[in-house]
Amino acid sequence: MVNWTVILDIAKKQLITKFKSTAIAALGVTFGIGAYITLVSFMTGLNNMLDDLILNQTPHIHIYNEIEPSKKQPVDGYDAFKNSFNVVHSIKPKLSQKKIHNASPIIHFLNKNKEVKGAIPQVKMQIFYIAGSIEIAGNLTGIQPVEEARLFNFRDYIIAGSPEKLKNTENGILLGSGIAKKMALSVGDRVQISTIKGDIFPLKIVGFYQSGISDIDAIQSFVNLKTVQRILGEAQNYITDINVKLYDIEKALLLSQKTEQQFNVTAIDIKTANAQFETGTNVRNLITYAVSIALLIVAGFGVYNILSMLIYEKMNDIAILKAIGFSGNDVQYIFMSQALIIGIIGGILGLLIGLIFTNIISTIPFKTDALAKVDTYPIDFNVWYYIIGFSFAIISTFFAGYLPSLKAKKIDPVKIIRGQ
Amino acid sequence: METVLEAKNINKYFKKPVLFHVLKDINFKINKGEFVSIMGKSGCGKSTLLYILSTMDTEYEGELNLNNDLITGESRQKLTFIRNKHIGFVFQFHYLLSEFTVLENVMLPAKKLGEKSIKEIEKDALEKLKILNIEHLAHKRASQVSGGEKQRVAIARALINNPLIIMGDEPTGNLDSHNADNVFNIFKKLSVEDNLSLLIVTHDEDFANRTDRIITMEDGRIIS
Ligand SMILES: Nc1ncnc2c1ncn2[C@@H]1O[C@H](COP(=O)(O)OP(=O)(O)OP(=O)(O)O)[C@@H](O)[C@H]1O
Ligand SMILES: [Mg+2]
Repeated sequence: MVNWTVILDIAKKQLITKFKSTAIAALGVTFGIGAYITLVSFMTGLNNMLDDLILNQTPHIHIYNEIEPSKKQPVDGYDAFKNSFNVVHSIKPKLSQKKIHNASPIIHFLNKNKEVKGAIPQVKMQIFYIAGSIEIAGNLTGIQPVEEARLFNFRDYIIAGSPEKLKNTENGILLGSGIAKKMALSVGDRVQISTIKGDIFPLKIVGFYQSGISDIDAIQSFVNLKTVQRILGEAQNYITDINVKLYDIEKALLLSQKTEQQFNVTAIDIKTANAQFETGTNVRNLITYAVSIALLIVAGFGVYNILSMLIYEKMNDIAILKAIGFSGNDVQYIFMSQALIIGIIGGILGLLIGLIFTNIISTIPFKTDALAKVDTYPIDFNVWYYIIGFSFAIISTFFAGYLPSLKAKKIDPVKIIRGQ
Repeated sequence: METVLEAKNINKYFKKPVLFHVLKDINFKINKGEFVSIMGKSGCGKSTLLYILSTMDTEYEGELNLNNDLITGESRQKLTFIRNKHIGFVFQFHYLLSEFTVLENVMLPAKKLGEKSIKEIEKDALEKLKILNIEHLAHKRASQVSGGEKQRVAIARALINNPLIIMGDEPTGNLDSHNADNVFNIFKKLSVEDNLSLLIVTHDEDFANRTDRIITMEDGRIIS
C-alpha cells in the first residue's frame, strides 16, 4: 500500500528546505512554458491573420464557366461530312459561354445541401473608370452585399460605408481604394464607368473597398447584382460565378468534383486554388514547436539537476526511510512527486506568464495598409495551447525526475549507513 | 521460553575487493523480553550481522526466523513490511529527518504502516516521548535538539509500532556516561516492564555487564 499523505508530506518538506534551487528549477519550466504559450499564440495569430487574408474572402468552391472553344463545331453536326476528316482552323470561344447555364437551379440545389453554409451568385464584368479624358481599366463585380458579408467576411474589407448601404442604394458602388485615390474621389461623389461596348453609367460612391492587395484595389469595385445585370443589359438569370462556402473546408474537393459532373460547369476547390498556404502554415507551426520543445528540454535538465542534487544530499534520509520501513517504490514516489510539484508550479506560472505576455502583445499597435481591419498584433487565444503547455510541463518534468528517482529507489541503505 | 529471533548457520562473504568470509556459522536465539548485548573487537562483523538480522541485508547464507517464521528469502516488499512493523532499529548516529519536528520523526514509521489514524499515532508518539522523558521537545525541529536527545528520539521512533525486537548498533557510542546510563535504563525498563526483546551492539563493558546475556564475537564467529 502506498501512503500518499506521508510521501507528499516528505516531498514537500524537502522541497521547502531547498527553496532556492527548487524555485530556480521551477522557473526553468515557467520560462519554457511561458515562451511556448507566447510563441504559439502569437505565431498562430499571425498565421490565422495571413490565412484569413486570403482564405476568408476566398470561396471554398468557385463555380464558373471556363472560356474554352466549343468541343463540338457546327461541321460535326452536318450529315454530309460525317464520315470524313474535318479540319477547322482558328476556333474561337463562344461569347455566351461566360454565363453559367441554369445558375439559379444550381444555387438552389447547393443551398439545400446540409454541408453548404451558403452559395451566392456573382456577375463579373470588365469596365473602364472614366476620369475626365482618361479611362482606367477595371473590374466590376455584381454581388449580394449582405450575403457576401455573412459568408466571406466582406465587411472586413470595407473601409468606408457598409454592405447594407450598398444594398439599399440602387446605383451605388463600393469603389476600390486604389482607384479612389487615383481619381481623388470620396464617399458621396459620383463616378462614371463605361462598358467595353461604350455605354456610360454614372454610379454613386457609397463606400470604399480595400483587400490589402494593391493590385486588386487598383481595379476592383463592387455593385449590386441587379445593377451589373442592368449595365450588361442582361436578364436576372445572367450569373457568371457562384461562390460556395462550406461548414467544413475539408469537404470542398469532393463537392466540387460532384458539382462539376452533375452540372457541366468548372468548379475549383480552395485547396487546389491555394495549395501554397498550407505549406506556409505548416512551416510556421514547425518552428514554433521546435523552439518550445528545445526550451522545455533545457527546463527538463534543470529539474533533473536539482533532483540529482537533492538525492545526493538526502542519501542519509533515504537510508533512514528505508531502514524504518519505506520501500524503494515509496522513495521513488517521493522524488517523482517532487519533480511533478516543480512541474505543476512551474507550469502554472508559465501559463500565467504566457497569458500576461500575450495580452501585452495583443495591445501593441500594428498598423499596415495590407490589413485594413488589424490595429494590434494578432494573438490567437486558445485554451488548447494552455492544455498542451501544461501537459508539456508535466511530461518533461516526469521524464526529468524519472532517472534520479530510479537511482534513489536503488540506494542500498546498508551502504549509506556503513559509509558514516 | 518464547523465541523471538533465531539465526541458524549464518554465513556471509564480501566478494570485493577480495573474497572475505566475514560471518562464520552464526547460531543463536533471542527470547521474548531478553536484553542481549553483542561485544567484540572492531572489525569482527557485529554491524554486518546486525544489518542481516534487521533484514536490510539479504545477501547471506543460512536461515533467519522471526517469531518462528522463516524470513530468509522473503520478497523485498515483505521484508520492508517486517522492518516497519516488527523491528525497531537504533543507529549509532542518530539519524533523524532534519526537516521534520521530533514528533513527526517519531510518527513516521506508524504513518507508513497506516494501521492507525493520525490522531492515534500522535497520541502514541507523545506517549513514547514521555517514556523517554523528552515530551517537551515534541514540537522542536529534529535539527535543533542535542545529541543525547536525538538518540532518545530515535529510540522513541523505533518503539512507535510496538515492535517484537529493538536492534541497536552502538546506540550509546556517542553519548557521555550520564546519557549512556540513561539510555541503558530505558532499555532495561522496556525489557522488564514491556517484555520487549533487545539486541544491542556495544563496546561499553559496563553497559554489557548489566544486560541479561552477552554474545561475544571474534573474527566473524560467536565464541561465547
Ligand atoms: N562493503 C564491504 N566490503 C568489504 N568488506 C567490508 C565491507 N563492509 C565491511 N567490511 C569488512 O567486514 C568486517 C566487519 O565489518 P563490521 O562493520 O561488521 O565490523 P564491526 O564489528 O561492526 O566493527 P566496529 O566495532 O568497528 O563497528 C571488517 O573487517 C570490514 O573491513
Ligand atoms: Mg560496527
